[in-house]
Amino acid sequence: MNRTISCTINGTERTLEVEPSEKLSSLMRRLGLKSVKVGCNEGCCGTCTVLVDGRTVYSCLAYAASVDGRNVRTVEHLGSIDRPNPIQQALADEGAVQCGFCIPAMVLSAEELLEKNPRPTADEMRKHLDGNLCRCTGYEKIESALMKLAGKEEDV
Amino acid sequence: MKRKHQVVGHSVRKIDALSLACGKPMFVPDLVPPGALHVKMLWSPHAHARITSIDTSVAEAMPGVKLVLHHGNVPRVAHTTAGQGFPEPSPYDTFMFDHKVRFVGDRVAAVIAETPEQAAAAVGAIKVEYDILEAVLDPHDADREGAPVIHDQPETHVPIPVPYEPEKNVAARVGMDIGSIDDAMAAADVSLDHTYATHYAQHVPMEPHVAFAEPANDGRITIVTSTQVPFHVRRIIAQTLEIPVRQLRVIKPRIGGGFGVKQEILLEDVVALGAIRTGRPVYWKYTRAEEFISARTRHPIETRLRMAATKDGVVTGIGMDCLSNTGAYGSHALTVVCNAGSKMLPLYRSPNIHFTGTAVYTNLPVGGAYRGYGATQSSLAVECMVDELAEKLGMDPLQFRLKNHIRSGETSPVFRALGEGKAGVEQSIGSCKLEQCIKLGAKEIGWRRRGRPENKKGRYRTGIGMAALMQGSSIPEIDMGAASIKMNEDGSFNLLMGATDLGTGSDTVLGQIAAEALSTTIDKILVYSSDTDMTPFDVGAYASSTTYLSGSAVRNCAEKVRKQILKVAASMLDCKVGELAIADAMVAKKDGTASVSFADVATHSMYASDQHQIGDMSSHITHKSPPPFSAHFAEVEVDTWTGAVKVLNYVAAVDCGTAINPKLAEGQTEGGVLNGISFALTEDYRFNSRGVMQNASLMHYKIFSMRDKPPIKTILVPSYEKTGPFGAKSVSEICINGPIPAIANAIYNATGVRLYRSPFTAETVWRALAEG
Repeated sequence: MNRTISCTINGTERTLEVEPSEKLSSLMRRLGLKSVKVGCNEGCCGTCTVLVDGRTVYSCLAYAASVDGRNVRTVEHLGSIDRPNPIQQALADEGAVQCGFCIPAMVLSAEELLEKNPRPTADEMRKHLDGNLCRCTGYEKIESALMKLAGKEEDV
Repeated sequence: MKRKHQVVGHSVRKIDALSLACGKPMFVPDLVPPGALHVKMLWSPHAHARITSIDTSVAEAMPGVKLVLHHGNVPRVAHTTAGQGFPEPSPYDTFMFDHKVRFVGDRVAAVIAETPEQAAAAVGAIKVEYDILEAVLDPHDADREGAPVIHDQPETHVPIPVPYEPEKNVAARVGMDIGSIDDAMAAADVSLDHTYATHYAQHVPMEPHVAFAEPANDGRITIVTSTQVPFHVRRIIAQTLEIPVRQLRVIKPRIGGGFGVKQEILLEDVVALGAIRTGRPVYWKYTRAEEFISARTRHPIETRLRMAATKDGVVTGIGMDCLSNTGAYGSHALTVVCNAGSKMLPLYRSPNIHFTGTAVYTNLPVGGAYRGYGATQSSLAVECMVDELAEKLGMDPLQFRLKNHIRSGETSPVFRALGEGKAGVEQSIGSCKLEQCIKLGAKEIGWRRRGRPENKKGRYRTGIGMAALMQGSSIPEIDMGAASIKMNEDGSFNLLMGATDLGTGSDTVLGQIAAEALSTTIDKILVYSSDTDMTPFDVGAYASSTTYLSGSAVRNCAEKVRKQILKVAASMLDCKVGELAIADAMVAKKDGTASVSFADVATHSMYASDQHQIGDMSSHITHKSPPPFSAHFAEVEVDTWTGAVKVLNYVAAVDCGTAINPKLAEGQTEGGVLNGISFALTEDYRFNSRGVMQNASLMHYKIFSMRDKPPIKTILVPSYEKTGPFGAKSVSEICINGPIPAIANAIYNATGVRLYRSPFTAETVWRALAEG
């Protein structure tokens, strides 16, 4: 039996019909939020990361119904090509975006950290982004982009 | 040779970086048309079996099911899934569906239904009876007397004249001899003879294989696919489905990583036939488990290596015998094992060289193209043996390499002897800065502080090891890339090319080459690539070819367009072409009296007089495959109680000629290095006794995360390759070959124990330490 939920998605209040078994990743993509990728569908790769009430969640593991009454954000809400968020800008400028499949999720994880802790150490950054896998970059440029943004280039 | 460039050599921002960071819908799954049907595959649960009956009647009657495909209702055309040039050097040993299954994860039947859930339910309702056959699960058993024959179907053949003995489970054989390795070994002051082995691994692109096909309004089929080889997809799907090439359009949008595995044509036949038969769009994406089991892997290769040297440390012989496990199908079987020899044997000068490569079929997952392509496998053998040989001679392994490595102006008989499915192409080395790579890398890692293993005590011991490497740039006289450029009235240019950007940034790099050759800026180059209806041909992204080969096509084309611009400007300014110079998107008289902008020129050519489209097309083939060179250094810490190895620091110094975009070249190197480190230390396939992979999940197949990563320092050592666009060679593949030998040598330097088989997990290292 379908369930009706109310939540805020990227700043807009929505009332949505979801199936009890539907995953949050499926709901996001169904709503056209294609930045939410599904790289493994088993809670390992992190490409499906979204922010729920400001905290990163693997949307391939979370049920869509679990965001009832909550605030969900994806990178579509963080910035646009004309007005990118500083994290998006930093990653693009540093050459940290290769295939880019992991990058929207990486941006959200970095956003979560930098909101709480605008000047993390390199170690804090590495630990925080541990749940977002990337196979292209070796993480070097992602790390250096984010540490530059945190004003701590010298730590890397 | 230093030249001043405006765009080339600058780290301009990757042209799609912001779009990707903003999460724009640019990947195959983001573009699936509404109303698409979904595919679920029934995979073989058996390593080797004949299908005696298949009953799909219950499945076909289930809700939402539109079509069930199996060996009884599809064209039976022997082909290869390897997306290589035609005729492919891989055997035609694969059918869309067959009445025999050859590994756990082989295709049995596909269900196409309205929803993935309905398709999955119907897969469970297909009744299949199997006659289970004895399986070959060890490559050493493949060609023994009485071994079960994996490919006993009469249609199987290789489309080129190379040895192929399916009745012995031999998918490929290759070899060469220069002088006599046996004589060299007998006469040597110092020699070694060891067997090394590398293991199964997967590419693990963050986006698994994914494709959809859609009936177009003109009755044709459009395939949108995550591929490295759109033109080979078009040709091979037309072949497999027995339809004309013109019936298909293949588009590659952004793709979520490839690393070789998307040089393989694995999904497109099913979605295309599904779309033809149902008249609906059909979509299929591998699960992560399917990506591990049913996509492609790195061929495990066992390498017997012999090396001989004089007491002065001069190499006198090198002999390599490779046994490659190609798994159930011969995809890239010949060329990978061939490259194990051809990419590493020329690295050290030697009067006596021996090579044999044999690729055997087994009932295990299928090998394929994987970044490094055989050289990753053989570099373990060559670079570990060089380390050991130097030690035996009492020489610094770094000095031993400096003394013996190939240099500018030198050649190797290997280049001519070993090609890809035919004889190779003779070449002498143009640019080579390996010596500088070795020296700069050694300085950066602190080579002098490495010490000797016997002096290291305690639970945690550190060590430093190195490896020297070479690869190639394109497949000479085989690969072709083409580009076309047309000019727009605002002075911008459409650059259309077949070259395939799989996340590497090749659209940007090739755009930079066009901008440089046209004396304009990168924002004036509108890049569109990899669409078989719209862009010219290119073999695709493999063999480290894109910058060197496709980049040359772009440069040639841009230079032709430049001449056309000059001609129009000369008529506008009423002067001779020789009186004009182009700079900064302007054409000016050299005497400074008059000028016109590119926009003026283009507008004039379209509307004013002698109207025509300024534009051209060029294609390019290469006559050599100039190797990039690299020296890698690893510093490790070994926990001698547990065997756990931690890489503390990693340095990769690389000579890729001119780095067209230095940050992207560094990014290639860093990504390849970390993939290589992860391959060396944690990645592995665990099989049970029935050939079933036990760890087909990112939970149990460990790839490195940001927290696992050591600091990786890339040093670009510029050289100028005269035959490349603006001096460029390749960079993408060489970087993955260093970690396995550099880490093995570092573990030796830390502990005094040599490792001959990868991966170097805590368990294998602990056992090796226990055995001493």
